[in-house]
Amino acid sequence: MNARVIALAAAAVVLVTLPFWISGVYYLNVASQILFYAVFAIGLNILAGYGGLVSLGHAALFGIAAYATGYLLQAGFGHPAAILVALVVAMASTALYAVLSLRASGIGYIMITLALGEIVWGLAYRWISVTNGDNGISVHSRPQPFGISLTSADAFYYTTLIVFVLSLAVVAVFVNSPLGAALKGVRDQPRRMNALGYHVWAIRFWASMLSGLLTAVSGILFVYYNQFISPQTLSLTASAEVLLMVISGGASTLLGPVVGATLVIIVKNVVSAYLTRWNFLLGAIFVAIVILMPEGLVPGSARLWRLAWRRTRGWRATKAAETKQ
Amino acid sequence: MSFYLVLTVNSITFGGLLFLLSSGFSLIFGLMRIPNLTHGSLFMLGAYFGATLVGGLLGMVFNFWIAALLAAILVAASGAVLERLLLRQLPGQPSAQVLVTLGVSFMVADFCLMVWGGDPLSVPTPELLAGFVRFGPLVFPLYRLAIIVIAAVVAIGLWLLLDRTRIGAMIRAGVDDPDMARVIGIRVSQLFTTVFALGSGLAAFAGIIGAPILSVYPGLDQDMLPLALVVVILGGSGSLLGSFFGSIIIGFIYNFGQALLPELAYFVLFLPMLLVLLFKPQGLFGRFSS
Amino acid sequence: MSRKVTRRRFMAATAAGAALATFKFPSPAIAQAAPFKLGLLTVKTGPLAQGGIQMEQGIVTYLKEKNYTFAGRKVEFISADTGGNPAGAKTKAQELIERSNVDTIVGPLAAFELLAITDYVRQHETPLLSLAAAEDVTQRHVNPFIVRPSATSAQCMHPLGDYAAKELKYKTAITISEDFAFGYEQMAGFQRVFQDEGGTVKKKLWPPLVTPDYTPYIAQIDGVDCCVNGFAGSNPVKFMKSYQAMGMKSKIPLLAGWTAMDDALLHSLGDEAVGVKSAHWYSADFDSESNKRFVADMQKNYNVLPGGYSAGMYIAGMCINAALEKSGGKAASKKAFAEELHKVSIKDSPRGPFHFDEYGNVVGTVFIRNCERKNGKLVNTVIKTYPDVSQFWTYDEKKFLSQPVYSRDYPPLKS
Repeated sequence: MNARVIALAAAAVVLVTLPFWISGVYYLNVASQILFYAVFAIGLNILAGYGGLVSLGHAALFGIAAYATGYLLQAGFGHPAAILVALVVAMASTALYAVLSLRASGIGYIMITLALGEIVWGLAYRWISVTNGDNGISVHSRPQPFGISLTSADAFYYTTLIVFVLSLAVVAVFVNSPLGAALKGVRDQPRRMNALGYHVWAIRFWASMLSGLLTAVSGILFVYYNQFISPQTLSLTASAEVLLMVISGGASTLLGPVVGATLVIIVKNVVSAYLTRWNFLLGAIFVAIVILMPEGLVPGSARLWRLAWRRTRGWRATKAAETKQ
Repeated sequence: MSFYLVLTVNSITFGGLLFLLSSGFSLIFGLMRIPNLTHGSLFMLGAYFGATLVGGLLGMVFNFWIAALLAAILVAASGAVLERLLLRQLPGQPSAQVLVTLGVSFMVADFCLMVWGGDPLSVPTPELLAGFVRFGPLVFPLYRLAIIVIAAVVAIGLWLLLDRTRIGAMIRAGVDDPDMARVIGIRVSQLFTTVFALGSGLAAFAGIIGAPILSVYPGLDQDMLPLALVVVILGGSGSLLGSFFGSIIIGFIYNFGQALLPELAYFVLFLPMLLVLLFKPQGLFGRFSS
Repeated sequence: MSRKVTRRRFMAATAAGAALATFKFPSPAIAQAAPFKLGLLTVKTGPLAQGGIQMEQGIVTYLKEKNYTFAGRKVEFISADTGGNPAGAKTKAQELIERSNVDTIVGPLAAFELLAITDYVRQHETPLLSLAAAEDVTQRHVNPFIVRPSATSAQCMHPLGDYAAKELKYKTAITISEDFAFGYEQMAGFQRVFQDEGGTVKKKLWPPLVTPDYTPYIAQIDGVDCCVNGFAGSNPVKFMKSYQAMGMKSKIPLLAGWTAMDDALLHSLGDEAVGVKSAHWYSADFDSESNKRFVADMQKNYNVLPGGYSAGMYIAGMCINAALEKSGGKAASKKAFAEELHKVSIKDSPRGPFHFDEYGNVVGTVFIRNCERKNGKLVNTVIKTYPDVSQFWTYDEKKFLSQPVYSRDYPPLKS
């Protein structure tokens, strides 16, 4: 427990002081990307991990929030109004998404969400009057909360960091709440939970809403970061990518999605500068993860660490016993 | 009138190609409950192997059908290895299965790009089937009509295999109830490898058969995988008949939808898929369920 | 300042090729002028890699020809793979500008990639020579840092419309292209000129970007003098094969935009391409000294016939070299260098003589070619050249710009 507190404190110090010792704006921007993709992955993890509902259409919700923000800003809304309305639009869309997808579970759920994702992606292409087709929507400025302009990489990083920490806290509280416990129960024993009087559908619905909220928040960060949104952001590939972040890091763990997002973003953006075949590498890393720690990087490393710890301790104990004799 | 006739015939030929594509996916999913997301990659790999053999390798130019067979065997072997080394370790872990199959598909896509480059490869139609068939003013490419025959032959072959052979009986038992199958002494482990290899080979075979129409290019995998999913969802998995009818129905929906409702071109496949999932989650013909 | 130095060191220590060379010999590099840093934004992985790989081949061929030296300055070349999506293009532009401190960028490939970074390169005042065609970047939303030595989407389609109406005497046409901006802009350009010369576009078909089988669309092509296709990537191969397989080629002749009949695509095509007439701002067949050298070098380096993607980047390299020679090797003021790039005018290039208009878009030759089989190989033979074609064709600039940008519904079909 103590080691854990120390590790968390160290991580917090590193994250807060990052702009001071990282050299160059570029890497700080990569860090911001890791953080908002981590929020996305944390959001999906609520469903894919704790809920056992593997959504393959989450990029649609991400994209709806981003598009709504871009569209409203283009229509002349101020930043606070645009963000607020975008969140409302995204939550309404999430509700519909949940109502449709929760008619099934397991593979059926995956397929419904995949179809929904593809349909929203098609809308982004074809509803040109709103989305401007594949030319996309440009966002020309970033907001200025309390007079602090988020135009600089530092300011944007800290904003993203705050949102990231809040998201992590919300999910940590949620998982340990009765609703979170019920969600895990429904994942593992849906029939029994139903028999016990739990409203399985309602539990899954509210989990979807929370997942949608975090997804929408990260979508808004995305559109402000890139200052551009176009249909590629909503593609099946994008949905698969965030799912891979969750699974590779470790589904239904708090920090797994964060580690997964870090891995994917670094390979995509940093390693790709040195290695042409970075896609192959990413694929190989996923395969290696499955072979070495099929439960994901975070729980897998923890398991190996405990194993190693026990071995050395066991070895010390035997040695101590030997010397005694 | 002739417009509708052209669309009708093409719906069936396209359905034939879809059947070749999706039957393997359906078989694997039905028996092993693995959402094999490498299926598009295996299709593409088959197409690339076939194109290379037809185009000439080490000074040898292969006949189209021999190339198709060799490509299918090669990919079937790779499928068997994939099953033995990776998927075997992950029974009942859908998340890990998704991760590993997507990981492998990333690797295959990048491997193809590395070996064959970015330019599309064109595979010539086999000479015997290069001509046209004329019905009055209408012209149909012979090769497309031949695809119907090929699909029918494969369908009958698969049906005979599943219905008339010992291994077929074992597969059917496995699909119905894997635990029971194990109890009565079926070696489910070997069966899984066999079926995975068969499904992979079918995907590769579909890839090379489709190549004269689709050509072979990076991204072919991503274009084909959703089609296989749509068919299997509509037809239900693990059911040969379901795949067959699912393919033909999608062929019709696709052709008539694109031609008559161009505004809905993007939704023409996924909207019906969504509706089926919402109102008949087990699929139209099979036992598609979680 | 110290921050900058560490960043450069890091670059030199890690990046391959030219960067490594400068690290090995630090003293002469500092004694002479610092190397000119050239960044390439392209797509080397994923479905769009086809054009992206050719882009890199084009610029590298030019750099090799110049022995990696422009106007006496060593050129340090940094290639970045966007993966073919806007977010990737943004991140890679950041990598080139913020991490590698490039002086100039060439690329990107796709319109949506260019649109995702136009604001960004303007903010960071980095000159960019684009291959991507998005019309408005050199029309209604001019960016002083962007020049386009390739062409706008419609730039070749205007002459094609003219040629179809005047020389081929076609009266009616159906257009077919992917359902995205590059397709809309191409087909609108054809339609406008074709109709102004008395022709009529009867129907415009828009299959989605991913269309496994074009037959349902081809079945709708009937009762016109010609069919114009504007496909790109691997789609033209698929489309033209089906078009021929359905017996359409002998019935309704095919015309094509530059991406559909690019010379680099010819080795992927067969008999279905013979007789297709296309409009392109580059032709491997073009007889000029620099083009012969370019084609020979591409053969030697990569054993390929070059097309627009590689030619576009080769020519972008020529522009940078010309601007640097004019400025005496100085590019420190990026604003001044961008202005210098606008003033470039080259007489002998692989695409013939060209210069830029005040919006930063190229004014140059457009070739009408007919695809033939010569000695068993497909060749696009030039049958007519339109010299000095601007993005506005023969229309009045101001009037052109006061109208909406070309789109799916503009200009509307005549009813």
